[in-house]
Amino acid sequence: MLSANMVALAYLVASVLIILALKGLASPESSRRGNTFGMIGLFIAVVVTLQLPSVQNYTWIFAAIAVGGLIGAVTAKKVPMTHMPQTVAFMHALVGLAAVFIAVSAFANPVGYGIADATGSLHVTSRIELFLGTFIGAITFTASLIAFGKLHGLLSGRPVTFAGQHLLNLLLGIVMIAAGVMFCIEPAWTPFLIMLGIALLLGVLLIIPIGGADMPVIVSMLNSYSGWAAAGIGFTLGNDMLIIAGALVGSSGAILSYIMCKAMNRSLFNVLLGGFGGDGPAAEAGTKEDRPFKSGAAEDAAFLLKNARSVVIVPGYGLAVARAQHALKEVVDLLLKQGVQVKFAIHPVAGRMPGHMNVLLAEADVPYDIVHEMDEINPEFADTDVVLVIGANDVTNPSAKTDPASPIYGMPILEVSKAAHVLIIKRSLSVGYAGLDNDLFYMDKSMMIFDDAKKACESLIKVLD
Amino acid sequence: MSDALLVGDVVGQAAHGVGQSADPFVMSFSVFVLAIFIGYHVVWNVTPALHTPLMSVTNAISSIVIVGAIIAGGPLEMNLATVLGLIAVGLASVNIFGGFMVTQRMLAMFKKRS
Repeated sequence: MLSANMVALAYLVASVLIILALKGLASPESSRRGNTFGMIGLFIAVVVTLQLPSVQNYTWIFAAIAVGGLIGAVTAKKVPMTHMPQTVAFMHALVGLAAVFIAVSAFANPVGYGIADATGSLHVTSRIELFLGTFIGAITFTASLIAFGKLHGLLSGRPVTFAGQHLLNLLLGIVMIAAGVMFCIEPAWTPFLIMLGIALLLGVLLIIPIGGADMPVIVSMLNSYSGWAAAGIGFTLGNDMLIIAGALVGSSGAILSYIMCKAMNRSLFNVLLGGFGGDGPAAEAGTKEDRPFKSGAAEDAAFLLKNARSVVIVPGYGLAVARAQHALKEVVDLLLKQGVQVKFAIHPVAGRMPGHMNVLLAEADVPYDIVHEMDEINPEFADTDVVLVIGANDVTNPSAKTDPASPIYGMPILEVSKAAHVLIIKRSLSVGYAGLDNDLFYMDKSMMIFDDAKKACESLIKVLD
Repeated sequence: MSDALLVGDVVGQAAHGVGQSADPFVMSFSVFVLAIFIGYHVVWNVTPALHTPLMSVTNAISSIVIVGAIIAGGPLEMNLATVLGLIAVGLASVNIFGGFMVTQRMLAMFKKRS
């Protein structure tokens, strides 16, 4: 058995390894080593905890680890990359639920955690910590389940709104805090369970008004919550390693939420109020006037691409929906073979979660050094011969820069209209999720190719080959 | 790395500065705030291309709550507290194995042009 100091030092080592795991993600080369550091960190933490004198129940603990580990391992092997957003949302739910169970367990048996006073009752600070850990964990749990349901298509992506919604949430929040305060004054099951029940309900109510298209922000935010829940449990147990790990995850999720909001030019508050952006095109679609545009066939597109010096491809989530990544990769290979310089341009909200499009392209074997972020690639569009937009819409709309009356005015966009030619593969002229017509489609330099993304790529392959 | 060492130093000095015994909560709170700063700096350095692996690995990392779950499920006597602890061990294990393995799977896909 290790001394208390040795345990604390081992936890410190684990904490440093966890920080290194995140630090490794600064570049793809260092990331794999970082991930290994993270695994070692968690392994040390678990082994050190298992040898604590109070831990005796080895058979059951190992059984729980084996069952959970097996489920996790199989899921990790099988899950399609297009399903990463809902997978991550589901995992947030598990963290939240685990935090709730630990908190209830700590309340049922405070002596076992060493957080009771002489009479066997909870310390006051422990009561506050337990209250915070429980309600954050509970909200994370149900909110993540709803996010999972929306992302996985089990629930409609449309925002669910009703009169007095925000007032109801506010009232529930107040009752929950009141129950929490009662619990802190006199720790009993009744206020504890009231608080827990309301927190579970609030998790549902807070997410249902938020549309499917805003889910990237919500998944990031729940990522943050799961971290704070872990930190809350760390405070309850007086364990600094949990506090460090939780704080790291909490700030990570908060930064990702900020990045996503900024990329959509919305405030987090505005996203949380909800009611914006269902899955389908919004209602204003009808206001569209008839404007002239050019359309062409795969042959015309192939001719332009083949004779270009430089091509930038702008993929959107429509590419993944059509499962066209692999076909697109073949188009890229053929162009590279003909000496065309090809790059990809990724908008931060391409895909259904931060960095999703990068993973989808990496899965299709697109090398990451030709995939560029918005800020890197925007200055290059003016020197680009042909831009190929596939499955993306709002993120290329020039009115975000030029038309102060546009609802998306101010949103950072990929400035594809600066290129010499723009090819847009799209099934129709329909609007994107912001419900706006895209001026890009009607420019002289633009050509529409009306087809499914995958079929269009396959036709391009035939012509280019 | 230097960030982590710095925190150790600052916490150490804080402990000396207040003399014999700061409340454990205050000590933990110091660690908490400093860890947020580390998280802030480390995460802004993460390349946007790896934001999805970042989210899956943070899932595995926040499942460090397994430490609390093991303590809860530790006693031999089976009661509400132990059973809930054991379930929590299972839930956290799903995330630890699933989170790290799916992250590994994604990171292995990121290749340079050869």
